[in-house]
Amino acid sequence: MILRTALQTFGDYCLFIWRVFSIPDKWKVFFKRYIDEISKLGIDSIPLVVIISIFIGAVCTIQMELNVSSPLMPRYSVGLATREIILLEFTSSILCLILAGKVGSNIASEIGTMRVTEQIDALEIMGINSANYLVLPKIAAFVSFISVLVVFSMATALGGGYLVCVVTDIVPVSTYVYGIQTMFQEWYVWQALIKSLFFAFVVSSVASYFGYNVKGGALEVGKASTNAVVTSSIFILLLDVILTHVLLQ
Amino acid sequence: MIEVKNISKSFDDKQVLKNISAKFYDGKTNLIIGLSGSGKTVLMKSIVGLVSPEEGEILYDGRDITKMDIKQMKELRKEIGMLFQGSALFDSETVLGNVMFPLIMFSSMSNAEMKERAEFCIERVNLKDANNKYPSELSGGMQKRVAIARAIALNPKYLFCDEPNSGLDPKTSILIDELLSDITHEYGITTIINTHDMNSVLGIGENILFVNKGECGWVGTKDEIYDSDNDALNNFVFATRLFMQVKEMHNYNRIAGSKKQ
Repeated sequence: MILRTALQTFGDYCLFIWRVFSIPDKWKVFFKRYIDEISKLGIDSIPLVVIISIFIGAVCTIQMELNVSSPLMPRYSVGLATREIILLEFTSSILCLILAGKVGSNIASEIGTMRVTEQIDALEIMGINSANYLVLPKIAAFVSFISVLVVFSMATALGGGYLVCVVTDIVPVSTYVYGIQTMFQEWYVWQALIKSLFFAFVVSSVASYFGYNVKGGALEVGKASTNAVVTSSIFILLLDVILTHVLLQ
Repeated sequence: MIEVKNISKSFDDKQVLKNISAKFYDGKTNLIIGLSGSGKTVLMKSIVGLVSPEEGEILYDGRDITKMDIKQMKELRKEIGMLFQGSALFDSETVLGNVMFPLIMFSSMSNAEMKERAEFCIERVNLKDANNKYPSELSGGMQKRVAIARAIALNPKYLFCDEPNSGLDPKTSILIDELLSDITHEYGITTIINTHDMNSVLGIGENILFVNKGECGWVGTKDEIYDSDNDALNNFVFATRLFMQVKEMHNYNRIAGSKKQ
């Protein structure tokens, strides 16, 4: 029974995505909405990304210093380990899990409210493909802007570690800077960017699907928002396992 | 003219529409009335194409929408305007933005022409100084008028209104009714109104379809309704003491008038 429901939901999701990825009625309108969504979903997320990244970077550095303090380990390994954690997991998976909460709930509640207030029906009556009109700009905007957020996150998280070193002197700043430059693998940055593209698609499309299919009133919009965040978080974690295996083999 | 021929619709095991046939005329206010749960909303959604009936034909000036492909349906939708129960205005757009929306999506007008047309429609529904306001800043009646302005922006041939008076005070309801009636006559639109409001039924009902338990219960005009011996219809329209008195008054005036002659 559960399997049947899951398969049915997945089928519905695929049909929904098929409707979303059709040619927009008017490209000019699409680009206007795309720019609006970049501002709403992307630029508005920068403060959150920066704050979280600085603190996580700082905490990682403190944790590394506490756990890697051994006479057998060089001091610069604090910077090196902080960098690896940030590039390999934090800026792609953890950041997208956090954004699933902010962006996912925003998308699901916005589209869900439009559904229950008949705004989506109004679009359909006018002969507009509502899924394409409402959802495609959101997916396109979030997927294209996520790389900027990831790069911001990388820089500010490493900056957070740097700040801890400056303020507390747990590791000399020059040693930390040496650590984050040592044995640097460019591919780790690329794999974080690639993973984040998949995660951004999952967050925006799953949230849109839950919002678009709301039936009922305000209570159901809230439930859809919660379901969107939970479901996209689970899919991010599942995809993370697969993508990490594929990309770092 | 819109003609509905023998349409039926079921949800799970429950048959909501049973072989309904009706005609809705150009330049007239056509009303669909009935008790809650009688199937009138499903009927309207079927006519608009939001619900697919299992049987029957829905003809828009001879064009059967049940046999149309997506492209043909899309073209037809440009001829349709709809006023929703909750107005369904786009929250993120101003009044002007809402009314310009169908023009932006479907017309080849320049920006200045679109603005001019939208302002004309807003003025037509007697809204002033509201162009830059957002829907949340408007009263229920004003929202309805903006929705009417948006619905007529593309000069539709067919106008559908789902309970246009719900949630409005009696005075505003009459204003909305008059506005819909005027627009229907002025532009020769086929207007179909789904309503519970007896003031509307007796005020602007030029062609009334009474839906009873999913079937066509009665068809007639607002004047014919007083003479109907259909119990279900009488129990619905003249259910309150006020409307019973209206009926008695109407019959009294008619008898008095015929005696004078």
